[in-house]
Amino acid sequence: MQEPRWFRAVLGVVTALFVAVVLVLPLATVFEQAFRKGVGVYLDALTEPDAVAAIRLTLVTAAIVLPFQLAFGLAASWALTRFRFPGKRLLVSMIDLPFAVSPVIAGLVFVLLFGSRGWFGPWLEQHDIRIVFAMPGIVLATMFVTVPFVARELVPVMQSLGTGEEEAAATLGAKGWTLFWRITLPNIRWALFYGAVLCAARAMGEFGAVSVVSGHIRGETNTIPLHVEILYNDYDFTASFAVASLLTLIGLATMAVKRMMEWGEARYAGRGEPSSEVVR
Amino acid sequence: MSGWRRRRAKLGVLPGFGLSMGFTLFYLALIVLIPLSTVAVMALGMSWESFWRVATSERALAAYRLSFGAAFAAAAVNLVFGTAVAWLLVRYRFPGKRLLDAAVDLPFALPTAVAGISLTTLYSTKGWIGAALEPFGVKIAYTPLGVAMALVFVGFPFVVRSVQPVLEALGRESEEAAATLGASWLRTFFRVVLPELVPAALAGFVLALARGVGEYGSVIFIAGNMPMKTEIAPLLIMTRLEQFDYPGAAAIALVMLVLSFALLFAINVLQWKAAQRLRSV
Repeated sequence: MQEPRWFRAVLGVVTALFVAVVLVLPLATVFEQAFRKGVGVYLDALTEPDAVAAIRLTLVTAAIVLPFQLAFGLAASWALTRFRFPGKRLLVSMIDLPFAVSPVIAGLVFVLLFGSRGWFGPWLEQHDIRIVFAMPGIVLATMFVTVPFVARELVPVMQSLGTGEEEAAATLGAKGWTLFWRITLPNIRWALFYGAVLCAARAMGEFGAVSVVSGHIRGETNTIPLHVEILYNDYDFTASFAVASLLTLIGLATMAVKRMMEWGEARYAGRGEPSSEVVR
Repeated sequence: MSGWRRRRAKLGVLPGFGLSMGFTLFYLALIVLIPLSTVAVMALGMSWESFWRVATSERALAAYRLSFGAAFAAAAVNLVFGTAVAWLLVRYRFPGKRLLDAAVDLPFALPTAVAGISLTTLYSTKGWIGAALEPFGVKIAYTPLGVAMALVFVGFPFVVRSVQPVLEALGRESEEAAATLGASWLRTFFRVVLPELVPAALAGFVLALARGVGEYGSVIFIAGNMPMKTEIAPLLIMTRLEQFDYPGAAAIALVMLVLSFALLFAINVLQWKAAQRLRSV
């Protein structure tokens, strides 16, 4: 089938227009707005105390969440790809649940559990523990939202690698952890890396879930996305976009990592493909 | 074989099942399942009348209509243009193709709050697009149209990434065969190619739809948030929470969850069908 030249031209032009308007313009807007008043104002917005506090909170949250998700991802993918048992589809669906749930609901569930009128609310108040409207709540909501990321990267790779190498090592006498450290990990290190990148990027960019749980207390419980929102609602657009540009750069970095991995995978075919879903 | 050995043989020879499965289930239960169940428990703890009253109040219905309607419209737009882009990426060679392929991932990589403020600025009457459309009397920001436009951005990659692998696996043999039998390119497209793409394209459509219904960050700024008019369903949940109406929030959340799971189920079915086609190609 050969589409006529004119059709291809029209399709190309229409699609290019669509992509430019829908995808490229929003990206360009971030930087145009951030640098509108010059580099000086841009840097001021980033070094302002509340912004610095937001950056710190965001980084700490991601640093706490990431190891847990790495451990979970490794455990889940090992269980799913190295053994035979019924109900694998159900397990995969459960791991994917956070993707299917609106971020506001992700935050809601922790308020229902730990908020002042929640299940544990009275007990927490008695013991003077703050989860909601404090960092623990933010960490929990972020953990909920990032559960699938590492696992989803690892499972296809470990699936396509197969159990051959590990089983061979087992016949040669290698025990559990040796198998894991010496055989499995080296094979999956790039998928693990990319999963970690996606997880961290999402942890830092999460908005809806954290918004519900945080209480928006300036300088204390604001992450970078929440700080962006506060600045925007205060009509401080330049500062808002300046802080937003940080997250944008992180997002662009994840895209670059994905490209690099695909380039690498083309050279070492058979190690599995990175997924592109940072959903939400 | 003794019972233990038999079970072991069924499971596989590698060690670590107990530890890995145990940790996986424990973690999932703690972080995902138990928290999610609170929605059901709290919502079902209400009397049927009060649940029904909240979940189907005028305001809630307006919110569902907006969230679902805008998501549906956006997913439909993405269905058309997403398939077009996938076609371009798989079938044609042109300068900047790598860039386009990378650009498709932009909505996945950009955090929702950033997308939200950026889209609002763009479509407001002072923004590049909003200003261009203002002479025509078209207002996008703070209207349902704005919500839909934002969801077009958010849902775009789903259709493209869903259709791409199917197109790639399709190959040209069937089309070339149809051509040798005298079919025009238009006919070949509609009779030979399109049917193969339908499950994958639909899966992408439903994915975009499911994502759009629950989307918060990208739309909260552009929506206008006026109750009954431009209030999205997730915002309604937040408002209930701010008023300490936990059961009310849980009720609306439950409705949204049921909808999400129904869509998820549809996606699974469609993706399974698409995978079947892929295998038979």
